[in-house]
Amino acid sequence: MEYVVEMLNITKEFPGIIANDNITLRLKKGEVHALLGENGAGKSTLMSVLFGMYTPEKGSIKVRGKEVTISNPNVANALGIGMVHQHFKLVSNFTVTENIILGLEPKKGFVVDIKSAAKKIEELSKTYGLNVDPYAKIEDISVGMQQRVEILKTLYRNAEVVILDEPTAVLTPQEIQELMKIIKNLVKEGKSIIIITHKLKEIKAVADQCTVIRHGKYIGTVDVKNTTEAEMASMMVGRQVNFKVEKTESNPGEVVLEVNNVSVKNNKKVLGLKNASLQVRAGEIVGIAGVEGNGQSELVEAITGLREIEEGSILLKGIDISKHSIRERIRSGIAHIPEDRQKRGLVLEYTIEENCVLEVYNQKPFSKYGLLDKAALAKHAKKIIEEFDVRSGEGAKTVVESMSGGNQQKAIIGREIENNPELLIACQPTRGLDVGSIEYIHKRLVEQRDSGKAVLLTSLELDEVLNLSDRIAIVNAGEIIDIVNAKDTNEDELGLMMAGIKRGEGA
Amino acid sequence: MKKGGIISLIAIFLGLIAGAILIMATGNDPVEGFTYLFQGGLKDSERIGNTLATATPLILTGLSVAFAFRTGLFNIGAAGQMLIGGFCALAIGLTVHLPTYLLLPLMVVVAMVAGAIWAFIPGLLKAKFNVHEVVSTIMMNWIAYWMVYYLVQNHFKGDTETESRMLADSATLKVPFLSDLFSGSFINLGIVIAIIMVIVISFIINRTVLGYELKAVGHNRSAAEYAGISVNRNVILSMMISGGLAGLAGVVQYAGNSSLIEIGVLPSEGFDGIAVALLGMNSPIGVFFSAIFFGLLSTGKGFMSAMTSIPPEISDVIIAIIIYFSATSLLIRKVINKLTRSRKYKKEILNSNVNVGEKVE
Amino acid sequence: MDLIIQIFPYAIAYTIPLLIVALGGLFSERSGVVNIGLEGLMVVGGFASALSISKLQQSYPDASWVIWVGLLIAMLAGALFSLLHAFASINLNADQVISGIAINMIAGALTVFLARNITGSGNIRITGMSRGDVDFLGLNLSHIPLIGSLFFKNAYSTTWLVLIILVISIFVLYKTRFGLRLRACGEYPQAADAAGINVYRIRYIGVMISGAFSGLGGAIILVTYSGEFSGSVAGLGFLAIAALIFGQWKPLGILAASLFFGIATTITNVAQVVPSFAAIPQLVLKVFPYVVTLIALVIFSKSSQAPKSVGVPYEKGKR
Repeated sequence: MEYVVEMLNITKEFPGIIANDNITLRLKKGEVHALLGENGAGKSTLMSVLFGMYTPEKGSIKVRGKEVTISNPNVANALGIGMVHQHFKLVSNFTVTENIILGLEPKKGFVVDIKSAAKKIEELSKTYGLNVDPYAKIEDISVGMQQRVEILKTLYRNAEVVILDEPTAVLTPQEIQELMKIIKNLVKEGKSIIIITHKLKEIKAVADQCTVIRHGKYIGTVDVKNTTEAEMASMMVGRQVNFKVEKTESNPGEVVLEVNNVSVKNNKKVLGLKNASLQVRAGEIVGIAGVEGNGQSELVEAITGLREIEEGSILLKGIDISKHSIRERIRSGIAHIPEDRQKRGLVLEYTIEENCVLEVYNQKPFSKYGLLDKAALAKHAKKIIEEFDVRSGEGAKTVVESMSGGNQQKAIIGREIENNPELLIACQPTRGLDVGSIEYIHKRLVEQRDSGKAVLLTSLELDEVLNLSDRIAIVNAGEIIDIVNAKDTNEDELGLMMAGIKRGEGA
Repeated sequence: MKKGGIISLIAIFLGLIAGAILIMATGNDPVEGFTYLFQGGLKDSERIGNTLATATPLILTGLSVAFAFRTGLFNIGAAGQMLIGGFCALAIGLTVHLPTYLLLPLMVVVAMVAGAIWAFIPGLLKAKFNVHEVVSTIMMNWIAYWMVYYLVQNHFKGDTETESRMLADSATLKVPFLSDLFSGSFINLGIVIAIIMVIVISFIINRTVLGYELKAVGHNRSAAEYAGISVNRNVILSMMISGGLAGLAGVVQYAGNSSLIEIGVLPSEGFDGIAVALLGMNSPIGVFFSAIFFGLLSTGKGFMSAMTSIPPEISDVIIAIIIYFSATSLLIRKVINKLTRSRKYKKEILNSNVNVGEKVE
Repeated sequence: MDLIIQIFPYAIAYTIPLLIVALGGLFSERSGVVNIGLEGLMVVGGFASALSISKLQQSYPDASWVIWVGLLIAMLAGALFSLLHAFASINLNADQVISGIAINMIAGALTVFLARNITGSGNIRITGMSRGDVDFLGLNLSHIPLIGSLFFKNAYSTTWLVLIILVISIFVLYKTRFGLRLRACGEYPQAADAAGINVYRIRYIGVMISGAFSGLGGAIILVTYSGEFSGSVAGLGFLAIAALIFGQWKPLGILAASLFFGIATTITNVAQVVPSFAAIPQLVLKVFPYVVTLIALVIFSKSSQAPKSVGVPYEKGKR
């Protein structure tokens, strides 16, 4: 059997960690091969080895039967291996063409020949149905188009093997369908595809084979047609996985949060949120569904005070907080689990103790007359660590930077819940976490809702939104398209709305 | 902290080695050179007193720079703040007639306030307009330089073109008790002020709400903002405290170690404060010892160049090289940390998953 | 008008060193490395050229090529000295601001130390370049009306050297492969790395260019209006950084900013001699460039076009 790429017994180590432990992956020509594993399992590392960004400590790689050493991306490119990264490697103020040719620039004397490159790119774009403007600046085009630029990069370099790293994380359900079509086109033109993902549905939709890794170790390779999602899931996690969240009917009480016709500017100085209205009651979870960058972040920032409101008003338990400072809003009972835990949620150089009082350090009992009461800090942190199962090397005195993502997130959630808020805002609370932590966090959120808190949830994982929420608000292009009961809707319907098509309108 | 101390010692060691190489390269004996250098600072009680006195403004400028660093700010303007603070104190000392026990505290307070105001402007520009404080404080240095130049020349001119009038002894921090204790050294009450500030600043950083806020802003502005901390207020406040400390350095230098201001030069103590802060790992105690070391080098270089043909600039070279190694050593510390941490981290992931997994039915 | 013609050559003389040093800073920052050490690199260049020119002038007192050799040596010295900063910032991921400050301090102390050791004094004097009217193919260009008197009369040939470097820099930065890659390293080095570009190598080149240009700037000051090495360039290196920011990291912007500072400094210096300026207090004139810089920094802060990844140490493998 002719394998176009073979990765044999690959071991890759970093200081103190074995990211890939004796992994084998074989790719046939014209095959779509999925690489499945949890966040942190080592999938991206393995592909970075294939793409020449890392050198493995042990193991070998064969391309078309011949053993090769891939020391840098240029060598990988020369062998016909191309990679579409999860975090796009695009320079935002360069044009599409400049980005594609970077590193391989055609020359006319001393000058870079932009014109001929742009022409070639236009031709490739037509052949594969990618629809990209060679002269557009990256910062001006959509995320979906940026991804297609990344695909074009590989095609421009005559890739035979295209690696896609978590390609659907940033796409709407409809764009995901388009991507599946593009993948089928690529295969038709003779390309072989490796797709790195943790989304079982997509593997079922498009992959032929699937290799599963867990904690850096090789678990097995299965024929996708003959394997169920549940079987693949348990290979990925190591045990039976229950994806449904156990929850009873919600019993909503009074209105806690009122967002009335709020408009907010985004970082590009245009309106990122237009005329949004929303209510959250005590005892219910309202989830915001939408593709990244459609206004969810701006909505949350407007509510918490991190962003100014251009128009409209925000009421918390009937009081207008639109002009209140962030601190005032926290005091009034808003807790916020931020979407970027390391940027916003924690001071990495501080200990757990110090982080646990990040919003309340200047209140009793944590300080008096301007002096910190270290004993009170320690007590508070201990409580949070115990109640929220936060694991760390040195207990409350651990410097937070050294903790794993899951434990950092649990510490943040513990801190926010311990502040006893009226409104708990959770933004992508399980992003990048392992299944165990995800289950735990879901449980706690439902707990909060059951104890009478109002919970506002934003998430990029549609499953999470559907599972957890009582009601769902869908955002697209800065507008709230509709607000529906979770019971009465499904993924397809939500997907259409996320793309801007309202219920009842044509598809 | 211990790790940091070792790295500082390594930086000092490397700097001294580099100095030794330079001394040899210019045809001199480094052993002899260093012996005279250290003797020059420690040989007798007068020299020890001079070392302490020379260290005094360095302690204060070191605290100034270190304090700003903790909030994530580079205060390169310590020299200008010192000059302004010292000048204002001098001006008061030469014009206001009060008994010493009232005059001196007034001068000290004026120096602090003047220094704080001088640092307020770059602080404000940073907070409101995100103007990088390195360039703005350097501009303020030169503005201070020229202001003091013309003000002294036009109003407080001394015996020479580049000096101001002298302060009467009663308007300075000099006390006979201290100078006698150190056999005629020029040590003065400044050292007391410096030691007090070390304690005060250490207290602020470690035990107060203000210190907590400033450090949070310094480590992670986004998180501080998220938590409701006013980043702007803290940036400005931090610069002002930093400026106040530098201003204190001014009064301690120009109305303590000396009794006049020299114009036409930006005080090198301002820039040496950066080295002191770095070497002291930005901690008040570290700054204290680091400043003493620098004071030693400074006091000893005169003796060394008198007894050998080694130019006195060698000690400036050594200081500069020490900073260079300090700057690069911060990385070495990071690397050591990452190595020891990653091993712990891996253990944690395994633990957290295995244990939670066991909880399932 | 006469006044402008009179002071213009002086303004140019102050502008040119600023311009070349700021251009050097541009290359460094566009590649992603903050270089606060431009001041120290200027001092190193001034020292190297002063030393070599004074030695050579002893043997060849009237040869004009001596000065050009001195300039070349200054560029080499600057490039070499900048390796210290490059190594610390690029290989060791040190804080680039601190490293730059260390460079300034080392340069200031080391050069005076060496000067004292070699010549017995901290200062070195040389006979600098002379002004002249610019000759092109036998035609004396200073005779062209207006433009001739402004640009081609009483000019230093180093002015033309720097302007040529400016034009070449614009071409390299925006039209060549190297320029594209350099800019990518400053904006988003991960993209450059994924494209197979050696980010470390490009940043080294960027820093060394800043060293060479700054060294040249220091030497030009020496051979044009200063005539003597004294261990300091009075803050011109920092003024160049301000010109870089003022010029929004674009070569033509830097030209405009440097010209502005050059004219401002000239006005300050000639004020005593020119009656219309003599009425302004000395102090105001002296601090004028610095105050204006502060104001300019504020005005340009909102629309900063700084390279997005400047000052951020590049770590391979980081997302």
